[in-house]
Amino acid sequence: MTENIPLTELHEESRRVFEICNACRYCEGFCGVFQEMVKHRTFSDTKLDHLANLCHNCTACYHACQYKPPHEFAINLPATLAAIRPLTWQAYAWPRGFAALLDQRGLWVTLVLATLLSLFLIISFALLDNSTLSHRHQGEGAFYKVIAHSTIVVLAGSSLLWSILAIVRSARNFIPSGTVFSASALRATITDISVLRHLGGGHGEGCNDQDEKFSNARRWFHHAAMYGFALCFAATCTATVYELILGRMSPFPYDSLPVLLGITGGVGLIVGPAGLCYLHLRAHPETKSLLGMDIAFSVQLMLTSVSGFALMLLRETQAMGWLLAIHLGIVLVFFITMPYTKMMHAIYRTLALIDFHRTN
Amino acid sequence: MKVDTKPRVISKTTNILVIGGGHAGLCAAISARELGASVTLIEAGDRAMRGGNSRHTRNLRVMHNTPTACLVDAYTENEYWQDLLRVTGGQTNEMLARLTIQGSEPLLDWLMSHGVHFQPSLKGTLNLERTNAFFLGGGCALINALYIYAEKIGVCIHYGEEVVDVYTTNARFERCRTATGRCFSADALIVACGGFQANETWMAENWGPAAKNFLIRGTPYNRGIVLKALLDQGFARVGDPTQCHAVAIDARAPKYDGGIVSRLDSIPFGIVVNREAERFYDEGDDFWPKRYAIWGRLIAQQPDQIAYSIVDAKVIDKFMPSVFPAIQAETLTRLAGLLDLDAKQLQTTVSVYNQSIQPGRYDSAILDDARTEGIIPGKSHWALPIDTPPFYAYPVRPGITFTYLGLEVDKQARVMMEDGNASLNVFAAGEIMAGNVLGQGYCAGTGMTIGGVFGRMAGTHAANQASP
Repeated sequence: MTENIPLTELHEESRRVFEICNACRYCEGFCGVFQEMVKHRTFSDTKLDHLANLCHNCTACYHACQYKPPHEFAINLPATLAAIRPLTWQAYAWPRGFAALLDQRGLWVTLVLATLLSLFLIISFALLDNSTLSHRHQGEGAFYKVIAHSTIVVLAGSSLLWSILAIVRSARNFIPSGTVFSASALRATITDISVLRHLGGGHGEGCNDQDEKFSNARRWFHHAAMYGFALCFAATCTATVYELILGRMSPFPYDSLPVLLGITGGVGLIVGPAGLCYLHLRAHPETKSLLGMDIAFSVQLMLTSVSGFALMLLRETQAMGWLLAIHLGIVLVFFITMPYTKMMHAIYRTLALIDFHRTN
Repeated sequence: MKVDTKPRVISKTTNILVIGGGHAGLCAAISARELGASVTLIEAGDRAMRGGNSRHTRNLRVMHNTPTACLVDAYTENEYWQDLLRVTGGQTNEMLARLTIQGSEPLLDWLMSHGVHFQPSLKGTLNLERTNAFFLGGGCALINALYIYAEKIGVCIHYGEEVVDVYTTNARFERCRTATGRCFSADALIVACGGFQANETWMAENWGPAAKNFLIRGTPYNRGIVLKALLDQGFARVGDPTQCHAVAIDARAPKYDGGIVSRLDSIPFGIVVNREAERFYDEGDDFWPKRYAIWGRLIAQQPDQIAYSIVDAKVIDKFMPSVFPAIQAETLTRLAGLLDLDAKQLQTTVSVYNQSIQPGRYDSAILDDARTEGIIPGKSHWALPIDTPPFYAYPVRPGITFTYLGLEVDKQARVMMEDGNASLNVFAAGEIMAGNVLGQGYCAGTGMTIGGVFGRMAGTHAANQASP
C-alpha cells in the first residue's frame, strides 16, 4: 500500500493523521503513542520517528477509529506509522547506505551472503586438510578438528563486535543528544518488553489480528521468538564458559546445559517466526504490513535454528563438517547483517520506550 | 396506500426483531438472545459504518456509591437526578429517569462482562472522571465488542438494511419492509434506530430552508422513518417535535459523521459575528460547557446559518483547537477578506466591542468581571480586546447531535399508544425514546446510559413476552 512513498510524504501524512487524532483522543487509553501525542500541537520529524517506533502495531486504534475508511478522513494510524518505521531504520542506520541493501531484497541478500560464507568455510576446511570434511569426528573437541578454535573465536568475535559497533552508532543517531536515561525508565521499559505489554491492546486481551476480535497469538509467538533467541544466546554464552573456564570442549552431551538451552531456544526460533509470518499473512487487509525484511529476518532465525538442530543430530556422522560450515555461515551472516535487519526493531522500539518512560 | 412493486422475500420469522444496531439495539438483542429468544437485528449502515451515533460516543454516565475501577469518589442517585432535573428544566419523567439512574450501575458491570473495556479514570476530560465511565477506544470499540458478543451467541445480523415501512395492527407489530425489498416479521419488535436529524425534509418542516445548512454530527441513517411510521399508526409521542440538540461546530466539518473533532471551544475567548460581520449574542454569559448547546440554535437563526468565531493571538493557545486550522491574517481587514465579510463592518464591530470593555480582571477559571458596558449584545465575562495580531477565525455552523421527538414508553420499555394503553409487542430503546428522560437539554453521557438501560430492559421484556 505504502511502498516507495518517500519518508517526507509519510511524515506529512502522519501529521495530518495526528492532528485529527489529537482533536479526538478517544484512543488515549490504548498506549504510549497517544499519551505522548497529546503533549504536542506540532510534530517534528524526529518526534514522528519516535512515535512510529513506539507503536507496536497492535491496531487496536484502527479498529476503534470512527474516522477509519470509508470515512472521508480515512485515518489509519497504525498503517501510517508502520510505513514510516522501516524508513526510520534506514535513515538512522550506520553506515547509512548499508541499510538500503537489506530493504526489500533482504531475503536474497542474506541467503546469498550465508551461502557464500558457508562455501568459503567449506573450501577453507578442504584446503586446510583434505580429509577433514569427509572424516567422522566424535567426542569432545570434535568441532575443532574441522575448524580451529581460534578461527571460530576470531570470526564470531569480529562479527559480533562489528554488529555492536554499528548498532551503537545507529542507536546514537536515534537518541536526541544529551538524553539521560533514568533507572526508573529502564525498569519500566524492561517490564514492558519482558511481558510485551504493548501487544496486549491496552487491556491485555491482545492485538487485533484479522478483525475486531482480540487475540494474544501475536504476543505468544513473539515471546517464542524473543525468548528463543535469548535462550540460544544463553546457550552460546554457557558453552563459552564451559570451554574457556571449565576447559570442556564442544560438542556437549544432549543433557548438558548449553545443549538443553539451545534445544529449547531453537524450538522457539522456529515456532515464533513461523507463527508471526502466518499471522502477518492473514492480517486484516487495511493493517497488513508484511515487508520483505520481516520474511528475511524470520527465515534467518529459522535457518539458524534448523541448521543448529541438523548439526546437533548429525554431529557424529560424516556430514558434520559441512553442517558446521553451513551453521556458522548462517550465524555469522545473522550477526554481520543484524544492524540492518528487522532485528533493529528491537533496538529502536526499546529506545522509544525508554524515551517515553523518561518523560511520562 | 401505494402498491409495493418490489419482490418480497419473507425472512424467517424470529421471536424478536431489533431495528437499529447501535448501543441500545445491541444491548436489546443480546439481552433477548440470552433469555433464549431467536433474535434478528437489522442495521441500516454497512459493516464499516455500523453503530449509528454510538460510534461517535465516548462514555456513559454512571451512578455509584463507592469508587470503581473507572470512576472516582461517588455519584449518588440523588445527585444524578438533580443533574437531570437541572439540565432538562423539569422536562423529564421522574419514574423513567430514576429507572435509568438505578440501571446505570448494573449496566456498567454488564457491559464489562460482555467484552467492553473501560479506561481507568482519566485526568483532564472536562472533570467527568467522577460521573462518567469512558470506553477504552471510544464508541466504535464498544460497538465492536457488542457485535462480537452478539454474533457469538447467535444473534442474526443484517447490514445495509434500511427499514422503509412498518406494518402494525391494533397496537401489534406485524412486519416491516426494507429498502432492498426484504420483509421481516417477529413476535415482538424493538425499535432502537434513533431520531430524525439526518432527514433534511423533516428537519425543514420545523426549520425551513435553514435545515439544508445544518451539519449532522453523527450517522446519516437517522432519518426517522420508523419513528414516523409508528407515530402515524397511533403510537404515542414524547418530546418537542421541533427541537434538536444543536451545537456550534466547525463549518468545514463533513455533512455527516464529523463526530468529536469538529467541536470548537473558542467562542468564549473572543467574539462571534454573522455574515453581516455583526455580533448577535453574549459570548461570555456562562461557562462554555453550560453554553455550547445554545450556539447551534443561535447560528441557525443567522443568515445562511453561518458565523465566525474571531480571536486574537493572546488567546489562540487557550482552548482545544478544532481539527481544522484557524483562518489567520495579520489585520482584521485581511481576515475579513479571507472570510468574505465586509471589512469596514468587521472593523467597526471589533472597535465598538473593544471600546466597550470595562476595566476588570480576566480569569477564564471563574465568572470574572472582564465585561463590556453599553453595547448590545454585551459580553458578560472574559471580554478581552481583540487587538493583538495575528487574528484568527473559525467558521461555525449548527451541528445537530440528535432530535428530541420520540416514542413514549412505560417502565418496561414498551411503547405507549395514544389511547394510553401500552403496545402489545413494540418496545423502544435509545435515542428514539430518550425524550422520555431528556425532554430538553443534555447531560454528557446520559444518552448512552438511557440506550443501555432501556436496551437491556426492552430485550428482557420482549423475550419474556415472546416465549411465555
